[in-house]
Amino acid sequence: MATYGAMPRLPGDDKRWKIVNGTMRKNGFARHALIETLHTVQSSFGYLDDEAIRFVALSLHVPLSQAYGAATFYHYFSLKPPGKHTMTICSGTACYIKGTDRLIADAEKRLGIAQGQTTGDGNISLMTARCVGACGRAPVMLADGELTGQVTSEQLIEQLERWSVE
Amino acid sequence: MNLEELEQIADTLREENRRFDHEINVCMGTGCLSQHSDRLKDELTNAVTAAGKNALVRRTGCMGLCAAGPLVLIDPQETLYQHVQARHAQSIAESLGAEPVAALQCNLREHFEEQVHVVLENSGHIDPEKIDDYIARDGYKALVKALTEMTPGEVIHEITESGLRGRGGGGYPTGLKWSTVAKAAGDAKYVICNGDEGDPGAFMDRSVLESDPQRVLEGMAIAAYAVGASKGYVYVRAEYPLAVSRLNASLREARRRGLLGTNICNTQFSFDIEIRLGAGAFVCGEETALIASIEGMRGTPRPRPPYPAVAGLWGRPTLINNVETFANIAPILRKGGKWFAALGTEKSKGTKVFALTGKIANTGLVEVPMGITLRQITESIGGGVPGGHKLKAVQTGGPSGGCIPADMLDIEVSYESLVQAGSMMGSGGMIVMDDTSCMVNVARFFVEFCMTESCGKCIPCRAGTAQMFTLLTRICNGTAAMADLDRLVDLCGTVKETSLCGLGQTAPNPVLSTLRYFKDEYIEHIVHKRCPAGVCTMQHSAAEVMA
Repeated sequence: MATYGAMPRLPGDDKRWKIVNGTMRKNGFARHALIETLHTVQSSFGYLDDEAIRFVALSLHVPLSQAYGAATFYHYFSLKPPGKHTMTICSGTACYIKGTDRLIADAEKRLGIAQGQTTGDGNISLMTARCVGACGRAPVMLADGELTGQVTSEQLIEQLERWSVE
Repeated sequence: MNLEELEQIADTLREENRRFDHEINVCMGTGCLSQHSDRLKDELTNAVTAAGKNALVRRTGCMGLCAAGPLVLIDPQETLYQHVQARHAQSIAESLGAEPVAALQCNLREHFEEQVHVVLENSGHIDPEKIDDYIARDGYKALVKALTEMTPGEVIHEITESGLRGRGGGGYPTGLKWSTVAKAAGDAKYVICNGDEGDPGAFMDRSVLESDPQRVLEGMAIAAYAVGASKGYVYVRAEYPLAVSRLNASLREARRRGLLGTNICNTQFSFDIEIRLGAGAFVCGEETALIASIEGMRGTPRPRPPYPAVAGLWGRPTLINNVETFANIAPILRKGGKWFAALGTEKSKGTKVFALTGKIANTGLVEVPMGITLRQITESIGGGVPGGHKLKAVQTGGPSGGCIPADMLDIEVSYESLVQAGSMMGSGGMIVMDDTSCMVNVARFFVEFCMTESCGKCIPCRAGTAQMFTLLTRICNGTAAMADLDRLVDLCGTVKETSLCGLGQTAPNPVLSTLRYFKDEYIEHIVHKRCPAGVCTMQHSAAEVMA
């Protein structure tokens, strides 16, 4: 059973755990560093798994329920590993007015998955975003984080195909 | 640091810049960067050297006109080039000191002439990561003046006199908020900058943080001095990586110059700022939810009172203002509250930054004096609706606001008049819709947003928005009856009156405003199973198909 008080050991030799620990140390292992630390886990590992949430909760002396609560409450955190590539299509208001639902439907059809899912081979994740703040260039897609504005269905499908044949 | 030292830094940089015959400012805001303006800047640097010109090539923040990006501004001639690609670098470099490259020139005079830049005065003119650029344009003069020549009471008086109201949307008088926090008893107080710009379709705060971050830090430091705080937080969306990295760089620079830290300007005043990343929850724009999030918890709001001004972060008196509000502080102290109060209308002073997007020619960021009409913004500044379509409505206030129809474009932009029209000022999203937009579908879009973003703490919002969404979906796909419309109106009233926080209380607004002005579209969907804009797909019952 988990006991609060003693610092838990790093879950493994992976150097990334030291980065995670570094964020907590920088904040004096204070409870309020929970979200900051989850951000570090996600940026280091790409997602939050049970082991990571447990490690952070024990280190910060935060109940597991609170850590899991925060991890699931905030949309930015993902509990599933992302695909090798991630296509994010913005669905903010400006993009919606410029026809982003068409783009999403076309991408879903091309990949055979729904938004929020990853292809069976783990190659491509299809995500939507609640506004990336590039509304002046709507509609907008982020291909592995790289932003393209005034995007057409053809450009989107082309990008997905480039990833598929890699 | 004192005023003389500040002036010396400014003079040194101005002297350095005078050595150049030309300044080439390259926009590296998110919009232009997405079109590789970083590579363009490198190309321009090389081309200037190759052409043997004596020019400074500078990275700047947003120049506003995202639709025409990448943008390049040549000073001192003030020549603005649009849609500039790397292949144009050579001709631009060679044209320096001679005739400008006519094919690239942006001649949207009207777009810029009707704007008044206070918050955006430095955007597009300074390197956002160089504090000396900011100082050379009178940056930090206001803070040094406040610390060395003014009492906290005098600072608050100046802000009160300016008539500045909160730019996050609510419009609460800033001076009054500051004086409440100043009067609150407590051994520690906090200043928080709300940069959780969750309104989809708005990017004012992102742009200010990316283009002129020091202005926000200076505003926060002045506020901290005025209310007696020694610690500040900037809460900014993790979805804005460029804003976060520029903020981080700016914090380091400000500490290095001794403008943040202990005993600033050799006074008793100490103040430092930390960044806290949001994690994609719209409700965290609500102040008590934002505080919960900084404390490391789920971002759920709590009932007020007590207001954060009395019991906020860790139970201590806390001042929360929006990015744009803080960005207005330094110019007010520099030029005086009276100067600011002379801008705008009787009750809405100063300027407002809007993110002008949607079906409009000149999409981008604009800053206009309060009291300007929506028509001036959409027609003169925005350049009208492209493609021969007709403007149908202007949406302001995001998911909390409403749609103002085309025949009301002559109303002025002020907190009061927008509320009267069934919308609200909001944080500054302004989305233009034309005859290809279905207003019922737009209402459904916003309600879906509020439904997914509802934190779930109170039932009216959690269950009410879900039921509203179901009803709107039925109307959109042609399976609703007229009685559903009554149910929808009734439900809107309940959600508005009984929700805990602003998210739920305002979630019905997009529905109510479209019902007020576009009821015929609702009826068309329900009675004739037809979407006038051709957006919604109708489901026909088997009986109808047979007939």
